[in-house]
Amino acid sequence: MGMESDENRLEYEETELRLGLPGGSLKREFSQTIDLKLNLNASMASPPSPHQQQEKITAKPPAKAQVVGWPPVRSFRKNTLAVQSAAAAAFIKVSLDGAPYLRKVDLKMYNSYQQLSEALGKMFSSSTIGDCGVKELMSESKLIDLLNGSDYVPTYQDKDGDWMLVGDVPWEMFVDSCKRLRIMKSSEAIGLAPRAAEKCKNRA
Amino acid sequence: MCMFQSVMNYFPEEVLDHVFDFLTSHRDRNAVSLVCKSWYSVERFSREKVFIGNCYAVNPERLIDRFPRLRSLSLKGKPHFADFNLVPHDWGGRVYPWIEAMAKSRINLEELRLKRMVVSDESLELLAKSFPNFKSLVLVSCEGFTTDGLAAIASNCKFLRELDLQENEVDDRKGHWLSCFPESCTSLVSLNFACLKGEVNVAALERLVARCRNLRSLRLNHTVPLEVLQKILVQAPQLNDLGTGSFTHDPNSETYVKLKNAMKNCHSIRSLSGFLDVNGRCLPAVYPICTSLTALNLSYAPGLFSNELAKLIYHCKKIERLWILDTIGDKGLGVVANTCKELQELRVFPSDLYGVGNAAVTEEGLVAISAGCPKLNSILYFCQQMTNAALITVAKNCPNFIRFRLCTLNPVVPDAATNQPLDEGFGAIVQSCKGLTRLSVSGQLTDQVFLYIGMYAEQLEMLSIAFAGDSDKGMLYVLNGCKKLKKLEIRDSPFGNMALLSDMGKYETMRSLWMSSCQVTLGACKTLAEKMPRLNVEIISENEGGAGEGEARLDDRDRVEKMYLYRTLVGPRTDAPDFVWTL
Repeated sequence: MGMESDENRLEYEETELRLGLPGGSLKREFSQTIDLKLNLNASMASPPSPHQQQEKITAKPPAKAQVVGWPPVRSFRKNTLAVQSAAAAAFIKVSLDGAPYLRKVDLKMYNSYQQLSEALGKMFSSSTIGDCGVKELMSESKLIDLLNGSDYVPTYQDKDGDWMLVGDVPWEMFVDSCKRLRIMKSSEAIGLAPRAAEKCKNRA
Repeated sequence: MCMFQSVMNYFPEEVLDHVFDFLTSHRDRNAVSLVCKSWYSVERFSREKVFIGNCYAVNPERLIDRFPRLRSLSLKGKPHFADFNLVPHDWGGRVYPWIEAMAKSRINLEELRLKRMVVSDESLELLAKSFPNFKSLVLVSCEGFTTDGLAAIASNCKFLRELDLQENEVDDRKGHWLSCFPESCTSLVSLNFACLKGEVNVAALERLVARCRNLRSLRLNHTVPLEVLQKILVQAPQLNDLGTGSFTHDPNSETYVKLKNAMKNCHSIRSLSGFLDVNGRCLPAVYPICTSLTALNLSYAPGLFSNELAKLIYHCKKIERLWILDTIGDKGLGVVANTCKELQELRVFPSDLYGVGNAAVTEEGLVAISAGCPKLNSILYFCQQMTNAALITVAKNCPNFIRFRLCTLNPVVPDAATNQPLDEGFGAIVQSCKGLTRLSVSGQLTDQVFLYIGMYAEQLEMLSIAFAGDSDKGMLYVLNGCKKLKKLEIRDSPFGNMALLSDMGKYETMRSLWMSSCQVTLGACKTLAEKMPRLNVEIISENEGGAGEGEARLDDRDRVEKMYLYRTLVGPRTDAPDFVWTL
């Protein structure tokens, strides 16, 4: 980490908000702050480009990077919750017809069908799809609409091995019994499709 | 003045002694002992309870010398940031020398309360065998012992009333320590082993509970199943404070029905915790006791859904202290706000520490609570985001905060609505809450927030800072402004030598200062240590080879990674490990 010259300091002063990084005037994206803390690759230590400075700091915490000792929670509590979460996690496979690979979600992370729907939307909007017809549709909000709309039907396989329509039972019961999720193209959901679309819209 | 002094000389010491008996607070006693030599002398012979906030500020010999009638000792060891892995493992804080010295001097020790100390099995054994009237052991956030040490306590302390283990790292040796309580032991009033990982002998537990008729507080660990809880409650309906073990069972079973009935019979339970392994469908069993609860801790139950939590809380109209996970959500906090009108202390802990996960609580929940709970005076709130507007509203609604700790999950997140730093929000808090003694700030913060803190936080005793400020000015505002500051802990903030050295005398009025990943250099620390002989300035280095090599490699101009300084009467400690260098 090099020392910033006074020139650079003047340049930054009028622009973006500070991150309080040691060194005072240096403005960086939060991810770089964390990476420095973890002593990751040197490329991150290069001065931020003007382009990066325009970006706003998002409220969402960075996915994988962890700051040592943050959030400030006692190790005992951290360890206990980790063990409990691992024990209580309900990871299931999720397949979306047309996507090249499956995903896994932990159903215990969500409190409602709506939350699950949003999470799935985020998850699948980032996959690269070979089929160009599907690619255009893969924006987050569009996918949620799809899941709630009539082109796709969310189904799940329960403990007995039967394929059921998502949305019929209370959320907690669904979490307990769901073993696998498949988001089917409605063309395949023969016979279910018209009613399915109705139910999905009601559940949203 | 003269007349007053001569009047005081006519007071026989017995009278002073009797008067001092009414002083229980250690602060009052400390003040009284400063009045004059006579009062100092009477006070020191009459003091039975001593509180030492930093175990390295004095030593056992001085303690025993001054307070020969010592019966109850509270000691704190490691700095607060040790809780978050910022202090290396073998830094210090061992209790053994204290126990050894008190044993040698035949102190009639009855109570020992330790926080963030290293407690070995050896110390527990020595403790158990040296003090025949020993009654109460409370260990909070300690480490270094195993269940063998607990067995020694159980076996030897004939009059044990209290064994309270809170959030300790204990090595479980599966030695059935609980069975070591002899059949003659009937004195237990409080037993808390919730933090233990291993199984206990449940038959022994049931027998113990049955014969200790004065048992008021019982907190089980997660290995104690619901069936056993039910049997225990039948034996001990007089409990005031219950920590359940595992709380999961088939709600249609006979056992569950029996549990519900047993709970209905427990009219005295005012504090409830545990639920370390819980099935939400079993929660209704506790509804009958909810109506009288004043304290509820659900912060170790991540599996409970927000609506289950809300349904439970809906019954808890008298709650004064609530500890919960952020799975409750803003909506759930709304239920708390509408229901818990007696709420004084709220802690909302983060449930998702490792992944991206759900946005759990935001400024909305906090505002709702502040509006609905007029008696709120203490809060710890981990949240996804915050806004200045919300904090300003909270400040207006709750001018009575004595403790305000806010932790944004992203430590530098700005105001979610305006993208501004959170300076104004925290400024409003310190301006409105004139009785504020403890404050933790987070989010994006400039020097401005420290200007506000220095200006308004007149009663502030403890301040925690992380990733905040722009320059030395920030720290200076605090040091100059907060006259009652006792503990200051700072990490990852751009405060340096100028701030550190501006008012060196200030540190003798404080208990301690922690600075890590800041801008202070070794040279400045050396200067400080030289000028202030009654401070220990410790440099904690985690480089390999220890401080010895570190000394050679570190230049005076190099920044110090971790510095911990504290006032002390006894000079540099003799038990410092390699990586700690006392300047």
